[in-house]
Amino acid sequence: MEWSGAVSLGAMTQRITRDEVVHVARLARLSLSDAEIDEFTGQLGDILEHAADIEALDVGDVEPTSHPLPMVNVLRPDELRPALDRDLLLSQAPAAEDGQFRVPPILGEEP
Amino acid sequence: MSALDLASAVRSGERSAVDVIDEHLARIDARDGEINAFNLVTADAAREAAAAVDAAVAAGNDPGPLAGVPIAIKDNMCTTGVATTCSSKILEGWEPPYDATVVQRVTAAGAVMVGKTNLDEFAMGSSTENSAFGPTKNPLDTTRVPGGSSGGSAAAVAADFASLSLGSDTGGSIRQPAAFCGLVGMKPTYGAVSRSGLIAFGSSLDQIGPFSKTVAESAALLEVIGGHDPLDSTSIDQPAFDLTSVLDRGVEGMRIGILRELSGGEGGVEGLSTDVIARTNEAAAALEKAGATVVEVSVPSATLGLSAYYLVAPAEASSNLSRFDGVRYGLRVDAPTTGEMMTATRTAGFGPEVKRRIMLGTYALSAGYYDAFYGKALKVRTMMLQEFASVYATVDLLLTPTAPTTAFPLGDRTADPMTMYVNDVCTIPSNLVGHPAISVPFGVGDDGLPVGVQLLGPALSEPTIYQAAAALEAAAPGEGSLS
Repeated sequence: MEWSGAVSLGAMTQRITRDEVVHVARLARLSLSDAEIDEFTGQLGDILEHAADIEALDVGDVEPTSHPLPMVNVLRPDELRPALDRDLLLSQAPAAEDGQFRVPPILGEEP
Repeated sequence: MSALDLASAVRSGERSAVDVIDEHLARIDARDGEINAFNLVTADAAREAAAAVDAAVAAGNDPGPLAGVPIAIKDNMCTTGVATTCSSKILEGWEPPYDATVVQRVTAAGAVMVGKTNLDEFAMGSSTENSAFGPTKNPLDTTRVPGGSSGGSAAAVAADFASLSLGSDTGGSIRQPAAFCGLVGMKPTYGAVSRSGLIAFGSSLDQIGPFSKTVAESAALLEVIGGHDPLDSTSIDQPAFDLTSVLDRGVEGMRIGILRELSGGEGGVEGLSTDVIARTNEAAAALEKAGATVVEVSVPSATLGLSAYYLVAPAEASSNLSRFDGVRYGLRVDAPTTGEMMTATRTAGFGPEVKRRIMLGTYALSAGYYDAFYGKALKVRTMMLQEFASVYATVDLLLTPTAPTTAFPLGDRTADPMTMYVNDVCTIPSNLVGHPAISVPFGVGDDGLPVGVQLLGPALSEPTIYQAAAALEAAAPGEGSLS
């Protein structure tokens, strides 16, 4: 989580572009209509503009806080315990077969 | 009748839990068509559970401190075999295989769930208008929003559909609707209440808490749901709070700071309405009259809370909501390949506000922007923690308004996301630093609708907060136009 301002500050002087919105939607596995892309380009730009006060801030060498509590690993003894029933869980899935989740083909599709 | 009086009447056998539940179900039947507080009313299960409470009393067993008390549960908390939707189409048809820890605990204490309440989809919103099942209306004025995202839980208590309810608060989603509906709403210290079975929005911010009409009921419910839970790795390893025993201690000698940046002071956040600021100042005067010392204090970084939150929360949401992909639960929209199926499912299943936040979060976490947005917002959290710590070296608690205005009209702020987001400007800082905060009704605004004021304290200061909240409640102007 090192501060690498050079790249980001350059990018932040411009508003988010339509192409970036299309790219981010692909990353998030959302398909947006042309009208939605236009709407989000404007709205995300406005929201990020509001975050300019954070951009302008000199945070120096302040450590980041990702979590309000000091986090430590929580361990438990490695003992067998009852778990949720597999068939019950699969009964809630859109499709299941032979004790497994069933999905459409994956191989051969573009990443 | 308060939840505590109900419980003692049921425990003593003076009242039947079944009758209590039937009374509330009848009210729901009569009026929830208009209010839309519930996504699902679990009438049969509620009657069955109430009968079990009556049977326990008859057999001489104690059904618990909340015996027979009707409780409403926000529909983002898992309930075994009972549909849990997050007010989203993407969870259509899903019935959780287990109960959230809080649901187990209220049930074990004798409370009876009457239904699952409406919310802004995945708890993203401040008005309960972003629901796939239509908006909830404010029972005090049905042309107004109940606040959000826990608007259904607030409306359920305000309309007497339930004595108590549970909500979740990621940026103000318990406190702001409590303020809008004239209720007490508490966001406990992060880690004080188990999040096991709460469907995640912003994992470092989310916290479950109680809605009620009075401070004493709020304290009693938090005593029941609080305390360590091994199923939540962020749960604080300590027993539940003792709160009900401190309520009558008063504020004599307590030091309370008016947080300038969030209370209409110079250089603070803008957009606070004058009636809300006036009620906050009157609350301060009332605390002073009750024996507290009131001073003005400053937490400069509090003004950065909104910006930091709208980077951190969407970032965490975009990650948490990646699990909704049509594979394991809920909706699937068929397509020739898995990738296309996932995209089609998410596109059809999520509403506009959820998509907006997923987009924002994905962008804030993406290559080249991570350090400038998310990374910097995390540093702002550190600054806030340090500034709050130095203020709490001189005062016990802080006082601010809960929300900038009273409940606004339905449809008033749906066009522009930023106008909705600023609703949370006073509540967000507590989530970013993980501290507890409570909203207590204190008078009404120029429109006759309730105003909530907020007490903030350092981590695990719940007993002090409840002590002061009880004093504030006692000093609040009469019910007036509210009931």
